[in-house]
Amino acid sequence: MKLDNIYQEEKKSNFAKVSDIIVTMASRPSGFIGLSILIFHVILAFISPYIAPYDFKAINPTLMLQAPSAEYWFGTDDLGRDVFTRTILGGRTALTITFFGSLIALLWGGLLGIFCGLVGGKTDDIVMRIVDAFLSIPWILAMLLIVSLLGTSTEVLIPALGFFYGKGIVRVARAATHDVIAKDFIVSARARGHSNFSIIWNEIIPNVRDAILVEGAMRWSWMLLGFSSLSFLGFGVSPPTPDWGLMISNARGLMSFAYWSVIAPIVGLSSLIIGINLTADAFAKALGIDRSTKAPV
Amino acid sequence: MLFLIIKRILLGLITLFIVSLITFVGTEILPGDACTTYLERQAFGEQLEACYRRLGLNVPAYERYISWAVNAIQGDFGYSLSGEMPIKEVLGPRIKNSLVLASAAIFIGIPIALILGIVTALWRDKLPDVAISTVTIFAMTIPEFISATLLILIIAIWLEWLPGIVIVPTDVSFLELLPNIILPVIAIAMIMTAHMARMVRSSVIQVMASEYVQMAILKGVPYWKMVFKHVLPNALLPAINVVALTIAWLLGGVVVTEVVFNYPGLGRLVIESISNRDLPTVQALAIILASIYVSINLLADLMTLMLNPRLKTLQIRK
Repeated sequence: MKLDNIYQEEKKSNFAKVSDIIVTMASRPSGFIGLSILIFHVILAFISPYIAPYDFKAINPTLMLQAPSAEYWFGTDDLGRDVFTRTILGGRTALTITFFGSLIALLWGGLLGIFCGLVGGKTDDIVMRIVDAFLSIPWILAMLLIVSLLGTSTEVLIPALGFFYGKGIVRVARAATHDVIAKDFIVSARARGHSNFSIIWNEIIPNVRDAILVEGAMRWSWMLLGFSSLSFLGFGVSPPTPDWGLMISNARGLMSFAYWSVIAPIVGLSSLIIGINLTADAFAKALGIDRSTKAPV
Repeated sequence: MLFLIIKRILLGLITLFIVSLITFVGTEILPGDACTTYLERQAFGEQLEACYRRLGLNVPAYERYISWAVNAIQGDFGYSLSGEMPIKEVLGPRIKNSLVLASAAIFIGIPIALILGIVTALWRDKLPDVAISTVTIFAMTIPEFISATLLILIIAIWLEWLPGIVIVPTDVSFLELLPNIILPVIAIAMIMTAHMARMVRSSVIQVMASEYVQMAILKGVPYWKMVFKHVLPNALLPAINVVALTIAWLLGGVVVTEVVFNYPGLGRLVIESISNRDLPTVQALAIILASIYVSINLLADLMTLMLNPRLKTLQIRK
């Protein structure tokens, strides 16, 4: 009975902790703006298929490059498709792929980093050399190569993005583990004869979780940037799927007389990336982690 | 000290060796090879065999790696698939053009970043800081292809001040390149400056909070003398390393920017060679870009070592 109570209390305090963090994040103006933009985009991604006024792939040759009007709020593109419909649908693929990609990056990067930090020695040296080597290949070259040879399906993009954006997390997780590993509670856990797995799960993860989560949130915005760059270059989502990067690259050639079809996806993509960035920044500040001195590797 | 420098250089070489292995194995295990791409539907029987022999693909992979690596060290990357000309000759003018672009952006970006970073740090949370920091957040988070597209739309199309797209052959003289290069340089410098300014800012803020600066204030050292003599030398040193990493990271952004402006540099070559599945060129590009990354890092490491006497002893103890 008593144990049960303690357990209940702990659970509640966990929930309180999370809501505390969110309140702290929203109490700064930048954090509030970031959170609102992010929430807006997430809600939009869920409801946009139901509120879209037109079919996103309906081609209409008689309505090519119409200027914005009451009927077509953001005008139409070079194939006569409604730009408003395509803009509100344009974030769904990017959000989904990068969200799951970041989860994969967090998982493998975090675990490998903790493992390296804990084990140390030769294994650590070798793994970090390999991670460094992967870091020194520009992400865009590696991603383009994979995508051009294996195709641009979701099953390729999510693990590939997850892999390439996870290697930076390895470093952060390793450094955070190094910080806690010399602490007394780890030494005493070892003395009690706990296994490596138990030490990682019960002692290290709770202490490095914050640093890794903040890094993961930041990776999310970079991954979104990388993913839309791929789409822009024609190596991401394939048409006619509405996607901001793809829309910008299609509309770019015509922007001297139909700027609306390039402005709408630009606003969509920039606001989402800024929203995630501000949220990640506020998250880091709410947890008391200063990220601004770190290089974006 | 000498030992440390040699150690760093060796580590860099090991990294490059692993990179070469990764790219070689990577292009090897992925489906399709140079011959099947080149011959397309005729890729079978006699013709395929002949092509394998001509490109030397009929020997075991490790032998090919060794001969490729030996030649690559001497600067010979073999022949490109699409143009049928030595990769060395394809790369030369491209490297020059990209270097012009990147160094122009760096030389414009670093002084601006220093000034912005110092101003925002000294007037922390006041109006200049809030205004500049807001702008830098925008400049640094918006993807390169968006800022480049907007620059073209506003400056080239609406205002008609500068050409929006670079339409020059690969091997033009610098003066002909000049008006074309302004917009791409602005696009790259903007994002780079924003990143660096933020790092300089937090570095200066950290030093300003340190004990010896407090001591200097208590002693009555004039404010600006303290800033220039005590704060800046100590604040800018750690920033060097981070700035180097940022420059290396921005290599990817240079690729995108070059494509947007149709600029004849290394970045566009990356896209072209990947679209054509020109694997020999891709391998050469991977090695070259990785070497740039490794040498920038090495340079930064060495610079911090030379400039900071405290780090020397620290590193040896490690």
